[in-house]
Amino acid sequence: MNKLINLTAATLIAIGVLPYAQANEFEVRGNIELQGRFFTEDALFPDQKDSYISIAAEPEFFWSWNDGNDTFEFVPFARVDQYDSERTHSDIRELSWVHVGDDWESRIGIRREFWGVTEFSHLVDIINQQDFVEDIDNEDRLGQPMINLSLVNDWGIVDLFVLPGFREQTFPAVDGRPGFPFVDIDNPIYESSDKDEHVDLAVRWAHSVGDFDLGLSVFKGTSRLPLYLPAPGAITLPVQLVPYYRQITQLGFEMQATVGDTLWKLEVINNQNNVENYSALQGGFEHTLYGVFDSNADLGWLMEYGWDERGSDLSSFNQNDLFFGSRLAVNDVDSTELLFGFGYDLDFDSTSVIIEGSKRFGDSVKVSLDVRLFSADDLSDPLYLFSQDDQVQLSAQYFY
Amino acid sequence: MEKTMKIFNRALLTIMAFVIVTPDAFAGEAEEKGLAISVESKKRDLGWQDSQAEMEMILKNQHGETSTRQMRIKSMEQQNDGDKSLTVFESPNDVKGTAFLSFSHPTADDEQWLYLPALKRVKRISSRNKTGSFMGSEFSFEDLTSFEIEKYDYKYIKDETINGLDSFVVENYPKDKYSGYKRRVVWLDKDEYRIQKIDFYDRKNTLLKTLTMNDYQQYVDKFWRASTLEMVNHQSGKSTVLTWKNYVFQSGLNEKDFNKNALKRAR
Repeated sequence: MNKLINLTAATLIAIGVLPYAQANEFEVRGNIELQGRFFTEDALFPDQKDSYISIAAEPEFFWSWNDGNDTFEFVPFARVDQYDSERTHSDIRELSWVHVGDDWESRIGIRREFWGVTEFSHLVDIINQQDFVEDIDNEDRLGQPMINLSLVNDWGIVDLFVLPGFREQTFPAVDGRPGFPFVDIDNPIYESSDKDEHVDLAVRWAHSVGDFDLGLSVFKGTSRLPLYLPAPGAITLPVQLVPYYRQITQLGFEMQATVGDTLWKLEVINNQNNVENYSALQGGFEHTLYGVFDSNADLGWLMEYGWDERGSDLSSFNQNDLFFGSRLAVNDVDSTELLFGFGYDLDFDSTSVIIEGSKRFGDSVKVSLDVRLFSADDLSDPLYLFSQDDQVQLSAQYFY
Repeated sequence: MEKTMKIFNRALLTIMAFVIVTPDAFAGEAEEKGLAISVESKKRDLGWQDSQAEMEMILKNQHGETSTRQMRIKSMEQQNDGDKSLTVFESPNDVKGTAFLSFSHPTADDEQWLYLPALKRVKRISSRNKTGSFMGSEFSFEDLTSFEIEKYDYKYIKDETINGLDSFVVENYPKDKYSGYKRRVVWLDKDEYRIQKIDFYDRKNTLLKTLTMNDYQQYVDKFWRASTLEMVNHQSGKSTVLTWKNYVFQSGLNEKDFNKNALKRAR
C-alpha cells in the first residue's frame, strides 16, 4: 500500500512540476494547531496518561492553469503527540489533479470524498478510511488513492470511482487514549488475497429535485470498518484481537428534504458480505430558529435515531440509539458557536455527551473547547471502552 | 405559468404606458406609479448575462473596531427566474475556501448549498434565514439577494433630490412573511433608475438601517453598479462598508459554473 501511495505521489508530483512552471495561479494556505487533551477519570488501561499535548500542521498547496480548468492540490498533514506514538502520524490528505471538461470532470490522485446528510453518524460515507487517532467522531479521514470520473447530466451527477489500494484504520498506541491495547494493530487480516492492494469500485448518483437532495451509491471492495477476530495462534491472556477487513458490497441511499426551516435527513445502507449481511439506518431532523433572543443568533435543534440490524452484538455503536443536539450560532464578528450533543443507547442505557464551543480571535486564530462525557456500565457495550475517558480538549488553531 | 407571466408582463407594460404617457392623470395612483418605477429599474438591468467580482466588507462596531471579510462572487442571470450565484470566502482565514451556491427564486424559497472544505462536505441549507446577519455584518441575507419585482408591493411617495440627483422615492412592502422588514423606502435617480439610498424599517415600523450606494460605474455601456455600499444600523450603532472591485461582465459563464461540482472545486 505504501508503495502505491509513493508511486501515486511521485507521478502526481511529476505532473505537478509542469503546472508549477506554467501555473497562472499558485496559492498556499493551511493551519497549525496546538492541542491539549485532559482526561478527568482514572484510565481503563495501565499505560494511559491523564493529559496529552500535541501539535499538528496541515498546509495546502494549490496550483491552477489552463484558465482554471486544470488544478493540482497537495495537502499533507502531520501530528506529533506527547505520548501516543500512533497518534504521532502523518498522512497525505490530498495529492490530486483535477481536470474540468464541458460536462465531465476527472479527479486523479489521493483525495477525500464525503457522502451523506446526517450529523451524528455517517453510514453512507465509505470512500475514505477514518483517521481514528485524530478523533473518534469520524470527521477526520485518510487520503484515498482514486481515479474519479464525474459526469454532469440534467438528471443528476454520476461519479465513477476506481480505488486502487486500501488504507487501514488508524489506532492509538498502548498508551493512547481512548485505547484499544488488546488490538494487534500491526497484523490485520484480509478476506481478499490481494490484501490491502485490492482494487475497489464505487458509483454514486446525486441529484437535487426541488426541496429534495438525493443520493444513491454502490461500493464494492474492502470494508473500511474492521471486524475483530482473536489473533491466530494467540496463547497469551488477555486474548489479542486483530482487525479483519472483509470484502463487501454496500448499497447506500441518502435523502435530505429541505422544507422551510426544517431539514429532514435519512441515510440507509445495505451491506452484503460473507460474515453477516445487514442493513442500517440513521435518520432525523434539524430545525433552526433564526434571530433568537432578539439577536442575530440562530438556534438549531437536532434529533436523530440510529438503527443497525445486527443489534447489540458489539458490531456497531449506533444499533438502537437516540441522539439530541442543539447548535447555537451567535453570528457575531468572531463566529462564536456552541454545539451540544447527547447520545442515548436504548439497548445498553449508556450515554455520551459532546459539547463543542469555538470562537475566532482576531483574523487568524480559532480557539475550540470540546468536552466529551461517556457513561457505560455494560461490558458488552462498545461504548464501555470509552467509559473512563471523559475529556476536555482545548485547541488553538492558527490559519494562514 | 409561462402564460400567466406573459399576461402579467403585458399588464405591466400597459400600466407603464399609462404612467409614462399620462403621469398626471394617475398622480393619485401611487401604487401603480411605484410599481412602474420599480419595473423600469429592473428592466434597465436586464440582459447582463453573467458577472464576476470581488467584494470586501469592513465591519465596524460601536467602539470603532473593525474586522474584514473578503469574497469572490460569480453570478448568472436566469430567464424568468432569480439569479444563480457562487460565492467563495477568502477571509477571515479560518473560513477561507468555504463556498456558497444559491439559486434564487422570485417567490419560492431559494435553493442554497454550502461547501465546507475541511470536511469536503456539501450541505443543503435552509434559505428561510432572511433576517440573519451575513458574516456578522449589518447586511442580512435578504439585503443581498437579487431584486425581483414579485417580492414586494410598491407605492410612489414623492420626488426628492438626493446625492445631487433628482429622484423618485418609492416604498417597498415585502410580501414574504419571513422578511425582517415592514417596509423599505427607496430613492432611485430619475436619469438612470439607480438605487441611491434605502431606509429599512423593522417589523415594528421603526427605522432600523440606512443603505447608501455610491461611486456608480457603468459596465458594458449599460449596467450600473455601485462600488461602495454603506449600511448603518441606527439601533445598534454598528455599520458595514461593502466595496466591489474588478467587475467582469459577460465572460461566458454557464450552468456548469453553478452546479455542485463547481461548488466543490471553488476556492
